Amino acid sequence: MISIQAEDFDPAVEYAALRDSGAGTGAIAIFSGLVRESGDMKGVTGLYLEHYPGMTEQVIGELIDEASNRWDVRKARVIHRVGRLGLQDQIVFVGICSAHRGDAFAACQYIMDALKTSAPFWKKELTESGEHWVEQKASDVARSKNWE
Amino acid sequence: MTKENITVRFFARLREELDTEELTIPAKPGQTTGDLLAALAGRGGPWAQLQGGQPVMIAVNQAMAKPSTPVHGGDEVAFFPPVTGG
Repeated sequence: MISIQAEDFDPAVEYAALRDSGAGTGAIAIFSGLVRESGDMKGVTGLYLEHYPGMTEQVIGELIDEASNRWDVRKARVIHRVGRLGLQDQIVFVGICSAHRGDAFAACQYIMDALKTSAPFWKKELTESGEHWVEQKASDVARSKNWE
Repeated sequence: MTKENITVRFFARLREELDTEELTIPAKPGQTTGDLLAALAGRGGPWAQLQGGQPVMIAVNQAMAKPSTPVHGGDEVAFFPPVTGG
């Protein structure tokens, strides 16, 4: 299930929902990303996130389908927040249920890496002296290409 | 919107720098997204960056596309900077 939302989320609630994925599940891998202070600019006080409604959900759905083709995925949950976020706020959540930990870890990492270079989200860093759009990082592109 | 027109959308830095969120452009036979970009870049000023500036990503009907992708009346074309979510 995919949610693009301004509101915060509760990892405990998401974990409980992921556990309810039926017999055969033996592993749950969860990743959550937080807004950090040190970005492209110094003195970041928060982020503003924009996305392309409709396309975002389609792209993430395709990433989940691709992960399910490659690994045993019993259930997948992706939450991405948009709008204004403060430091240490939760920005993204990926949770994967699988039979085994290897598949759960791999699918979770694949979706997170691919999301950073293919899902239409853009981050703007907010500082006391101004704001600027975050540029795509070569390291993110390289991580995503590792899965090809 | 009629079938004779293309909707062009801009996101993030491009939306701000062009001061434009959405345009409606008449469709032309045999047109590609690259043709659309070239026509828009020809407006000059901030629009010139659409060609030869920083990378511009393209989507047609909400699927990633290339400069060679054909565009037809009724299509939604989006131009945006490389994505930075997560």
